[in-house]
Amino acid sequence: MDGEVFTRIFTDYTLRTVALGTAALGFVSGALGSFAVLRKQALLGDATSHAALPGIAVAFLLTGSKAPLVLVLGAALAGWLGTLAIMTIVGLSRVKYDTALGMILSVFFGVGLVLLTFIQRRPDATQAGLDTYLFGQAATLLDRDVKTIAGLGAIALLAMALLWKELKLLSFDPDFGATLGFPMRGLDIILTSLIVIAIVIGLQAVGVVLMSAMVVAPAAAARQWTDKLGIMVPLAGVFGALSGVTGAVISSSATRMPTGPVIVLCVSAVAVASLLLAPNRGLFPQWLRSRRQRHAVRKEAVLSDLRALEEQHAGEAPGHSAAVLRMMAPNPAGVSPRLQELSDRGWVAKTGSDEWTITEEGLRALEAQLGSGGDER
Amino acid sequence: MPETSRRADANPKADSTAVEVADLTVAYRDKPVLWDIDLSVPMGVLMAIVGPNGAGKTTLIRSILGLVRPTAGQVRILGKPYAKQRRLVGYVPQRGSVDWDFPTTVLDVVIMGRYGELGWIRRPGAAERRAAEEAIEKVGLTDLADRQVGQLSGGQQQRVFLARALVQDSLVYFMDEPFQGVDATTERAIIDILRTLRDEGKAVIVVHHDLQTVEEYFDWVTLLNVQRIASGPVDEVFTDSNLRAAYGGRAALFSRELAEQRERAKGGDGP
Repeated sequence: MDGEVFTRIFTDYTLRTVALGTAALGFVSGALGSFAVLRKQALLGDATSHAALPGIAVAFLLTGSKAPLVLVLGAALAGWLGTLAIMTIVGLSRVKYDTALGMILSVFFGVGLVLLTFIQRRPDATQAGLDTYLFGQAATLLDRDVKTIAGLGAIALLAMALLWKELKLLSFDPDFGATLGFPMRGLDIILTSLIVIAIVIGLQAVGVVLMSAMVVAPAAAARQWTDKLGIMVPLAGVFGALSGVTGAVISSSATRMPTGPVIVLCVSAVAVASLLLAPNRGLFPQWLRSRRQRHAVRKEAVLSDLRALEEQHAGEAPGHSAAVLRMMAPNPAGVSPRLQELSDRGWVAKTGSDEWTITEEGLRALEAQLGSGGDER
Repeated sequence: MPETSRRADANPKADSTAVEVADLTVAYRDKPVLWDIDLSVPMGVLMAIVGPNGAGKTTLIRSILGLVRPTAGQVRILGKPYAKQRRLVGYVPQRGSVDWDFPTTVLDVVIMGRYGELGWIRRPGAAERRAAEEAIEKVGLTDLADRQVGQLSGGQQQRVFLARALVQDSLVYFMDEPFQGVDATTERAIIDILRTLRDEGKAVIVVHHDLQTVEEYFDWVTLLNVQRIASGPVDEVFTDSNLRAAYGGRAALFSRELAEQRERAKGGDGP
């Protein structure tokens, strides 16, 4: 995209409002989403956001108002009810967690869609814009919306900071926490409520369908880069904020695309890059490490094969053909490059066109690597 | 080198009862897991709870700790209901009960043992850190204190949980299979720490599954199989007939091995 769009954040008032709003909601959902991910409740966010839709519709039907606080309150109430319903079903019946989640998600979302259609069929025009809650439209964020997002988000983050050690205990070892006297069920409800807040403040900009990505993806990405909760949570917040701003700016200035999908693409890019590239847990560094180790092992095998040949045919010939070594190796194609590496180190020497012998230095290195009792052959 | 326990003043008389369980019954969906358990454990003992799989060993300590709601029965710790005595009770859960991939360090987990004392909202500070470092040293993990807990071996993770219980500085300890998945050296290190706790006059109650080591490690034992089979000092209670009662037919093997062990012990060159 053209860089001009991003400099306009600082000059264009509307764009600045949108960027501030999406940064705030991205930070809050990323930070609190970390706890959902660590507690393996990532899907719960999906259910909560879908379940919020009928709440938005009912809040509008009852009040006739589109004030952000009214709609957010309706969304929070419905999202919370849906989450509570899942927990209750799992607790009271033999229905499994994923089944309960799927049921509640689709029932609430279905009711929400019916109500939304009903509202849109009404003759008056006051309802215009309510359907943006499906896929989100960050461009519709006004000053008052941003204030609501920032206010509720700050409350949620403050509660998280105050209850930091209790929430850590809940996420890592709730049984131990219970024996210390902390009411774990109560803390569970508090954390769930905070996550509900994080979700509902994002619905206008990101939409109910894709909001759960803002809860899950930044946290999954942040986990890749650090082994400390105190770093993971703010980092997930930063990832969420960056994706939110980037996605919102792209969608509202250039293309008028719904914001939700664009933000999700941004946050997914961050998550995929983190999964692949993060230094310790990333797939690519892991692959590099295992390849390096594999090569070291094969190099040692070639060296030890060469020594075995030397012992069997002592004094017969100055060198041994690489072809023989290839026959001895499990991976024949790797023999020549390994021989080259070994000869670079001075551990083997070339005696003919493709004939090799182990050097004194190579013998010593092999002894050292295999240890004193390493002569297993 | 006397142990300077923060609770030295609160140390009760050695003859007081650490744990008193009366008529404890626990059922899952109409099926009794524990049936009418009576139990009395004095202070200053190291007690094993043994019994076959599904005997309710873990459920027994979880219901004493209020993690499982019993159908009936009472639990008293040092003469008062458990809820009033939490601060005097330490707990080592099964290693498999948490996700070790959690982003947290050894030091961080051990400090959790002080959370109960800290209460709501207050953050751990230098004093908590010091106590944790001390406990980490006791279990021999000082070099690994800043490691993420998932990078540790099973035995090391078990020692992290033990260190967390040590910083609780409790009088009565419950441990769920602290020897599970640890090597012989770690097992010795752990049992040494448990003996030290006992010698300080504390009560240590351990769910244990290796009958071979009961006589060597413990001075008290409770044999459990849904019902309480027997409970008391090892040399009185850990008998062939009690083992057979707890383990049914499977005990034949164990009791033969035990008889051999005793023969060897009598011969003078026992373990």
